[in-house]
Amino acid sequence: MADMTLIEAIRCALDEALAQDGRVFITGEDIGRRGGVFRATQGLYEKYGARRVMDSPLTEMGIVGVGIGAALADLRPVCEIQFADFIHPAFNQIVGEAARMYYRSAGGWRVPLVIRVPYGAVPGGGLYHCQSVEALFAHIPGLKIVVPSTPRDARRLLHGAILDPNPVLFLETKYGYRQIRGEVPERDAPLLPGPARIARSGVDLSLFAWGLMAHYAEVAAERAAREDGLDVEVVDLRTLHPLDRDSVLTSVSKTGKALVVHEDNRTMGFGAEIAALLVDEAFECLDGPVKRLAAPDVPAAPFNRGMFDFFLPGPDDILAAIRDLAAY
Amino acid sequence: MPTTLQMPKLGESVIEGTVSRWLKREGDPVDEYEPLLEIITDKVDTEIPSPAAGVLLRIHVGEGETVAVGTPLALIGDAGEEVEARQSARAAGSGRHSPAVARLLAEHQLDAAAVRGSGREGRITRKDVEAHLASRQQATAPAESTTPGELLPLTPMRRRIAQQMVASVQTAPQVTAVYEADMGAVLAQRETLRAEHPGLRFTPVAWIVAATARALVEHPTLNAEWRADGIFLHHERHVGLAVALEEGLIVPVIRHADRLALPDLARAIADLATRARAGQLRPDEARGGTFTISNYGAGGCLVGTPIINPPQAAILGVGALQQRPVVREGALVARPMCYFSLTFDHRVLDGALADAFMRCMMGGLESGMDADREKQDR
Repeated sequence: MADMTLIEAIRCALDEALAQDGRVFITGEDIGRRGGVFRATQGLYEKYGARRVMDSPLTEMGIVGVGIGAALADLRPVCEIQFADFIHPAFNQIVGEAARMYYRSAGGWRVPLVIRVPYGAVPGGGLYHCQSVEALFAHIPGLKIVVPSTPRDARRLLHGAILDPNPVLFLETKYGYRQIRGEVPERDAPLLPGPARIARSGVDLSLFAWGLMAHYAEVAAERAAREDGLDVEVVDLRTLHPLDRDSVLTSVSKTGKALVVHEDNRTMGFGAEIAALLVDEAFECLDGPVKRLAAPDVPAAPFNRGMFDFFLPGPDDILAAIRDLAAY
Repeated sequence: MPTTLQMPKLGESVIEGTVSRWLKREGDPVDEYEPLLEIITDKVDTEIPSPAAGVLLRIHVGEGETVAVGTPLALIGDAGEEVEARQSARAAGSGRHSPAVARLLAEHQLDAAAVRGSGREGRITRKDVEAHLASRQQATAPAESTTPGELLPLTPMRRRIAQQMVASVQTAPQVTAVYEADMGAVLAQRETLRAEHPGLRFTPVAWIVAATARALVEHPTLNAEWRADGIFLHHERHVGLAVALEEGLIVPVIRHADRLALPDLARAIADLATRARAGQLRPDEARGGTFTISNYGAGGCLVGTPIINPPQAAILGVGALQQRPVVREGALVARPMCYFSLTFDHRVLDGALADAFMRCMMGGLESGMDADREKQDR
């Protein structure tokens, strides 16, 4: 058992994957000699060499394109997009090629590709370093979207994503990289994308979140228990696509109330999908409106710190939303 | 801007109240502090004054309705002022339901009006329906009578008494011990005090309260309550006196009973009893007791077995004062005698201490509370 930050757990998983499977290689901007801008790949270039830890040119389309080609050739590429904000040039490769290859070839060709993407708001990040992109890609059939919120999950889900024969977008909360710590077992089985995690069991309302917001949700739920006697169930979705619908429906059939928290913009965010699912399949269990707490519909996380705090939901905002819905 | 009057919180443990009567109609002018309506809580009836001057624009809660503390009762503003179109408390309570509530109501063929809403603006929540179903199951567990009869709806007071009495016998192992005292000294002294204080109504109850309060000073274990982490000894002695009402029972409390001289006690007892019967007690006058006396003898009862008023440790029952033949110095004589029943919580104390307490209490009575006479003379 070791105490790790989120970024350490990711580095640990990459190291293990490179050591265990000769087909695994990683590529991206500055991931080689520099060890990645967040140090996710630090030391790996020295350990595994330039053929397996491969610096790429500044072309996201190229990084993903190389990954798709290598995956079709039965390698196990792990691509890094330096910031989610830069993923858009690769949109066609991901959406048009990787996600649809299996369908297009009638099951003949698989794309066992992992794309690691640091996402989300971080103070001082501004326009080009703060985007959340899960909803853009969750709309696309054929892609899996994984968003771990604990070091243990980050490590075993990254192994699971590499094992998965489908393209997986592995979203990493960069604000949580060093903020989130946790115990990671010495040995742990890989976790394939899919199941949600009941981070805290409760009966008064269900709180759905992922990534950094799942971490904050647990903090807020503990305070709600301590300060208000409210017993909140926190469901860390971990995988957005395919969504663990059973866990979502089971939780709300127990509590009757649902709150979704995400740092992506509110409109057409993934919270809308959960709200729709609940209204569709758990209508008679609902004892209140399905509420969303999300970043406002503005183009970027503000650079100004005060406005940044207004933009990004935090434990205080989540607690207020819990109290509001519980009182309904 | 109209002012909203909400159901006030009339004391620490009060969570709801019933509107018994509106003293004004919608459209009537009202002055600030002018009585607007009467409210019944599980403790007392109270008049609620208007929080502002103006016109009573709207009444949200009708007579006979019970609502939670904080529920809007009425709107007071200027004549002709636009009343904001908003759901009244009543509309919210019986209006639209969440899907979960609607399904439960339909499944159990429940009338929404029978379920008390705890949600925002009196909304019925799923938990409210579940709680209602649970309580209904409990209530209907004994086979309901099919013979001709009628069901009396529970008043808040009846419900409160029932809750308290059930809680008492379910939590405290209670023992009742019966004693007998000679009230001759009390009656003799009453004559003296009546002469000294014309116009003041003296009953033996004043002596009984005085003697009890003094015995509580000597034996604080009876002025106590059982708690999970120990026995809590009250440092103040507030003696409650059960007063029978037409619709039930109320226990006004004589605060610091041990510090009052007999004439003051007599005055306090008369005042509290009169106002209790008139329904004019303030909520806080019927709470905070540390010991209770029930004078069922007033109705002719000789010996009773009172139930402790929780969370107190004991209660004293007073039987009827009667001339009875007793043996004094080998001869049969008639004396004014009275039976006392002490019910105590056996978790807190044992019989020997109960005996010591009653010896002390009755010693005070049989000596006519001399100490109090001295205190009064000083």
